[in-house]
Amino acid sequence: MNNNTMSDLLTVISGIVGVLLVASLIGWLLQRRLSPDGRNEAIENLNARIKAWWVMAIALALAFLGGRTGVVILFALCSFAALREFMTLTNATRADHRTLAAVFFIVLPVQYYLIWIEWYGMFSIFIPVWVFLLLPIVSALSGDTRNFLIRIAEMQWALMICVFCVSHVPALLTLNIPGYEGRGVLLIAFLVIVVQLSDVLQYVWGKLIGRRKIAPSLSPSKTVEGFIGGALSATLIGAALWWMTPFSPFHAALMSLIITLMGFLGGLVMSAIKRDRGVKDWGHSIAGHGGFIDRLDSVVFAAPIFFHLTRYYWGA
Amino acid sequence: MNFRAWIADLAGGAIAFFARAVTAVQPVWTGIDPAQVRQRVYFANHASHGDFVLIWAALPPALRRSARPVAGADYWDRGDLRRFIGRDVFNALLIARNAEGRSADPVEQMDDVLDDGSSLILFPEGTRNLTEEVLLPFKSGLFHLARTCPEIEMVPVWIENLNRVLPKGAVVPVPLMCKVVFGAPMHLEEDEEKDEFLTRTRNALLALNPKAETRG
Repeated sequence: MNNNTMSDLLTVISGIVGVLLVASLIGWLLQRRLSPDGRNEAIENLNARIKAWWVMAIALALAFLGGRTGVVILFALCSFAALREFMTLTNATRADHRTLAAVFFIVLPVQYYLIWIEWYGMFSIFIPVWVFLLLPIVSALSGDTRNFLIRIAEMQWALMICVFCVSHVPALLTLNIPGYEGRGVLLIAFLVIVVQLSDVLQYVWGKLIGRRKIAPSLSPSKTVEGFIGGALSATLIGAALWWMTPFSPFHAALMSLIITLMGFLGGLVMSAIKRDRGVKDWGHSIAGHGGFIDRLDSVVFAAPIFFHLTRYYWGA
Repeated sequence: MNFRAWIADLAGGAIAFFARAVTAVQPVWTGIDPAQVRQRVYFANHASHGDFVLIWAALPPALRRSARPVAGADYWDRGDLRRFIGRDVFNALLIARNAEGRSADPVEQMDDVLDDGSSLILFPEGTRNLTEEVLLPFKSGLFHLARTCPEIEMVPVWIENLNRVLPKGAVVPVPLMCKVVFGAPMHLEEDEEKDEFLTRTRNALLALNPKAETRG
């Protein structure tokens, strides 16, 4: 990491700390005024969320300062936690035990190792080609055919979402963009900031002016006004952060819009899965937010698209 | 603290950390207040060797320190490592499961431990449930304990999902989320017969299974 990147990274981190300080102050004031005895659930949830944001921001900042190794380890751990949540809701039986063990202890580490050694030709096909063909073989050899197609499809989809897609965040570090050497962590910071801000802003706009529900059967809290307000404001903020990226301000806005749209639609897909399985949250590990997948769902859908668009148009 | 106890403490912490890393175990308190330190008999479903580790990891430290799992001597007294883990790390009460050739009566042994002020973690099915049944019939030990120690709370504890983490014959655990649901305390009622009590406690334990609700 050169000095320039370092100073930009520190600017970004101070910006995030600033935003979180303001959020914590607002949360504290709201609690004093509206929930002094800790009984207002919405406020308690808001403050739990802000606290969890601090933890996430610190983890991310430490990973950035740790460079490629730090980022790869952080997202490998996120994949592990997400996969654990996803597999819990699947129909996997005793017969799939070996397959599951292989998924957790071989496929996941290998995928992140391939990213760490920057082998693009392999990490982009390892799961969709090699694992998707080899995995059903292991399960088939167990001899249990009950629900076979469902069990296989669930495992493959779990790998796609929780490992393949999530791993495209650290994979941004492997891109070779002329004039942007050594600044890959800033590209990750850009993606994560735009996706997460878009989530938060959609929530805020929805609370302020949200009336019409956008997908009542999938997610009762999402509104048209929240979506448009959130997407537009996140796009504007993304454009204002163009100096972190290899993009021009216009392209940064376009990329932010795509990221925001993919994040929003990804959130709907993941909600549909939760509804199907009759759960409200994916897990309970992150206080106020639910599980890891609840926090990662929009990143999951945005990351591979963002990776490939950037690679195609800006990569060498 | 001597060296062996220090190592046992460390090993206990490492095992609890490992259990959390694999299962992200979440305690659900539907019937008791975890902040209230009381002497209890926790009785749970038993499908995996990891069961009492999970209950142990789910209990807050104040409750954990006094809770002694009841385990079969035939398994835990074999080999130095198992004996160390069973006796030193978990402070287990080892009982002889087979009636022939046993020197002490298991109910008396458990009674003695309760007299010392400790709590017990008990698996009333008597053995690991490796069948397709959700829960095997209870052995009578729970009833005898409830009769000899009527003042002690009997708390049903449902362990969710651990049989998928470590199914029969598997050596490598697969990471999946687990829950440990603590129900409301129970006591032996006046004039309650053995079979009635065992059915009542068994139903109370079954009622904690989150899957039973969703399937209706």
